[in-house]
Amino acid sequence: MDMSQYLDIFMEESKEHLQSMNDILMQLENSPKNINLLNEIFRIAHTLKGMSGTMGFSNIASLTHEMENILDDIRNKNIVITAKVIDVLFECFDELESYVDQIEKHNNEGALTSQDLVKKLQALKHHEDIGEAKQPLKNFEVSDDAQPIDITINHYTNDIIKKAIERDFNVFSIKITLDKKCMLKSARAYIVINTLEKLAEIIQSTPSIEDIEDEKFDLSFELIIVSKCDEAYIRKELNGISEIESVEVLDFKNTRYSVEFSEEDDKNLEKFEEHQQALDSPSSENKKEEANSRKSKTGKTVRVDIDRLDNLMNLVSELIIIKTRLEDIDDLEKRQRMNEATEHLERITTSLHDAVMKVRMVPIERVFNRFPRMVRDLSKELNKEISLIMTGADTEVDRTVIDEIGDPLIHLIRNSIDHGIEDTGTRLRVNKDKQGTVKLSAYPDGNSVVIEVEDDGKGIDIDKVKAKAIDKNIISLQQCQLMEDNEIIQLLFTPGFSTADKISDISGRGVGLDVVKTKIEALGGTVEVNSSINKGSKFVIRLPLTLAIIQALLVVTGDEKYAIPLNNIKEISTIEANSIRKVQGNEVVLFRNTTLPILRLSKLLNVPNYVEDKLEYTIVIVKKGDRTAGIVVDELIGQQEIVIKSLGKFLSNIKGIAGATILGNGSVALILDTNSFF
Amino acid sequence: MDNNNERTNQYVIFKLEEEYYGVAINFVETIEKVLEITRLPNTPHYIKGVINLRGEVIPVIDLRTRFKMGEKTLTEESRIIILTVEEMTIGLLVDSSSEVLTIEKENIDNTNSLINHTEDDYIKGIGKEDDRMIIILDILKILTQDSQEV
Repeated sequence: MDMSQYLDIFMEESKEHLQSMNDILMQLENSPKNINLLNEIFRIAHTLKGMSGTMGFSNIASLTHEMENILDDIRNKNIVITAKVIDVLFECFDELESYVDQIEKHNNEGALTSQDLVKKLQALKHHEDIGEAKQPLKNFEVSDDAQPIDITINHYTNDIIKKAIERDFNVFSIKITLDKKCMLKSARAYIVINTLEKLAEIIQSTPSIEDIEDEKFDLSFELIIVSKCDEAYIRKELNGISEIESVEVLDFKNTRYSVEFSEEDDKNLEKFEEHQQALDSPSSENKKEEANSRKSKTGKTVRVDIDRLDNLMNLVSELIIIKTRLEDIDDLEKRQRMNEATEHLERITTSLHDAVMKVRMVPIERVFNRFPRMVRDLSKELNKEISLIMTGADTEVDRTVIDEIGDPLIHLIRNSIDHGIEDTGTRLRVNKDKQGTVKLSAYPDGNSVVIEVEDDGKGIDIDKVKAKAIDKNIISLQQCQLMEDNEIIQLLFTPGFSTADKISDISGRGVGLDVVKTKIEALGGTVEVNSSINKGSKFVIRLPLTLAIIQALLVVTGDEKYAIPLNNIKEISTIEANSIRKVQGNEVVLFRNTTLPILRLSKLLNVPNYVEDKLEYTIVIVKKGDRTAGIVVDELIGQQEIVIKSLGKFLSNIKGIAGATILGNGSVALILDTNSFF
Repeated sequence: MDNNNERTNQYVIFKLEEEYYGVAINFVETIEKVLEITRLPNTPHYIKGVINLRGEVIPVIDLRTRFKMGEKTLTEESRIIILTVEEMTIGLLVDSSSEVLTIEKENIDNTNSLINHTEDDYIKGIGKEDDRMIIILDILKILTQDSQEV
C-alpha cells in the first residue's frame, strides 16, 4: 500500500509527539517521582511506535519499543530514575528526532543507528533486574508488551484508586437515574457532573463524559469519583438537584467492578492522566483546569496548508486595493452615496484581514519549547547552573516569523549563557545567586511583538568592545572617543565582531550578532541591546505583527510617490532650509537639541530633473534602533494601508527599496527601506 | 529550456528600430500595451521600472537601452512582452510586436561566426522568413546575465 500520502501527517504528528516528549523529559528530570509524566512519555513512545510501525519505519518502532520496556520497568518501580536513566532517555529522544529528520529529508529513515542505544537501554534493564526480586510487582501483571495500552489502562485505574485510598480519599461509585420527564438530559447530567466536580474528582464515567454531553445515554449514568467528602454529604448534594429519579452512592470497595476498557483511545488516556494529576496535587485545581482548556483547544485546531492561507491573504489584498480605489473616486455627486458603501467595505475588509491574520498566527511557544532542552544541555556542557524563565509563550506571531525567528533566538540565548553568565565561582565571588538566570519573554506591544532575551550575567564590557572594534578596524580611535556607550554596544552587531576571548563551540565565531540582526531586519523588525556591567544584558527584538499588509505613509518627491512603513517613522516635522548645517560633508540640523542627520530623498533615489528651490522642508524622521534621521520629502499624501508586493526574484536586493505596492489608481509605488539609508 | 526551444518552432516576433527579433513562444505569457511604468531607483539604466500587471508587480527591461540603441519615445505601437523564465517574470519593452511565426530549425543560422558585438551573447541565431531576417534571442541569457549585473 502506498503510504506516501500519509507521510506528511506522520511527520507533523511525530514532530509534535517528539516535542512533547522533550518537554516531559525536562519536567521528569526535575520531578522524577511524578508518575504522570512517566505515563505521558510512555503514551508518546507507544503512539510513535504504532505510527512508525504502520508507516514501515522499523528503526523508530524498535527503538520506541525498547523505550517502552524501560519506561514500563520504571513505572513498576523496577528501575529507579537516575540522572543516567534520564540521559539515556534524552539520547533516545535525539535518536528518534534524527530518524524523523532523516525521513523528512530522504523519505526513508536511513540506516539503523540505534543499536548502541538499545544496548544501553537493555543494560539499564538488566542492571536493575536484580532488584526486581526484592521489589516484586504488587498488584497487576505485566503482560507481554504486545498490548501495552491495556496494561496502561489497568494500571491507571488501579493506581488512581489505590492512591486515593492510601491518601484517605473516599472512592464512590454513583449511579444517577434521571427523571423520565426530564427534557434536557445532557444539561441535567451536566449539572450533576458540575456539582460533583466541586466536591470530587470524577475518574470515570459510563458512558463517557462526551457521550453524556451529546445526550448519548438513556436515563442513567454511572460515575466513579474520588472525594474527601463522605457518602451522606454527596448524596445530600445530589438530591438537591431536581429532575433526578434516584441516586445510588456506593463506597467503591463494595462495588463489583471489572476493569473493562474496550476503547482506549488517547483521549481517554489523557483524561485519566489529568485525573491522576489532580489526585497527586489536589490543591492545584487551577493547574488542572489549565490543562483541560489547553487540551480542548488543541482539539479544535485544523492544520491548513500555508499556500491556501497565502491565497486567502492575496484575495484580501486585492479587496483592500479595490477599497482604496473606491475611496479615490472624486465625483462629488456620486461620492455621497459611495461613502456609505465604502465605509461598509472598509469594515468588511478590516475584519476579513484580521480573521485571515489570526489564521496565520501561531503561539510563539512553538519556537520557545525547544529552548529548555538547549539550555539544559548548554549548562551541563559549560558547567554553569542556569535556569531559563520563559514568559508569554502564548504570544501569537505570524507563521513566517515562527520559521525564521528560531535561529536568531538560539544565538542570543547561547550568547547569554556563554558570554553573559559567569561561571559559578565568579558568581559567588560577586555575591550573585549561584544559579544564573536567562529570561526569555514575549509580549505584544501595539502593532508589534516584542521578544526579550535577558540574562543576569556580567553585562557587556564597553571598554572591551571599544578595544576590539578599534583592533578590528571597525571604527577609528577618534570615532570611538566621540561615541556614546549605547552606540558602542551597537557595534556588536557589526559583521566579524566577537568579543569572546576564546572561540568556543557555542559562540564566539564572530558570525553571530550581525546574522541575528540581518535576519530580524529581513523580517521587518529591529533588535536593540541594553546592558549594564555586572547586572546583565538584555536583547530586545521587535517584530511587526503582520508581514503582508502594513500601514505606511505615502510621500512625494519630484513627481514620484513612495511609501514609508509607519513603524519606521518616529515623527514628521518641518525645518527651515537655512537651518541645515554641513558637518564633514553631511547635512545635519539641530532638532530638539540633538543633531539630526538630514537625507534628501531626491538624492538618495536619484530623482531625475529634480529642482531644489524650497525655503522650508518637510522631513519625515525615521528611526533605526536608537538612531534617527530626517528624510526630506516634497509632499505628504497621507497614511494608508498598503499591501506589500515583492519585486520578484529578478530584482532582489535593490538598495533602499523594500518592495512595491499598488495604489488605489492602479499605479505602482515603491516601499522604501529606510534602514538602508543610514 | 533549450529542448523546449527546439521542440516548438514558434517565435513571437517584435521590432526594435528596423530589425526584427524573435523570442521562443513558450516563454511568453502575454503581450501588453504599455502600462504606466514606475521608475526603479538604484537599478541599471536599462531597467525601465515596474508595472502593475493585474495586481502583480513586474519589472520591465527596455530592450533598446539594453542593446545600446538609444531611447525612443513610446508610441501607440510600443508593447511590453511579458515573459516567464525560471520563475522570474519580467517584461520586455519593444517598439512593436504583432505576429507569431513558425521558423523551421533549418532556416535558423548559427551566428557565432557572423556577428561580433557585445550583445552577441544573447543572440541564439538568425532566422529567415520571406526575405526577412529575424534575430532570435536567448532570453534566458539576457535575464540571468542581467540579474548578475544588478
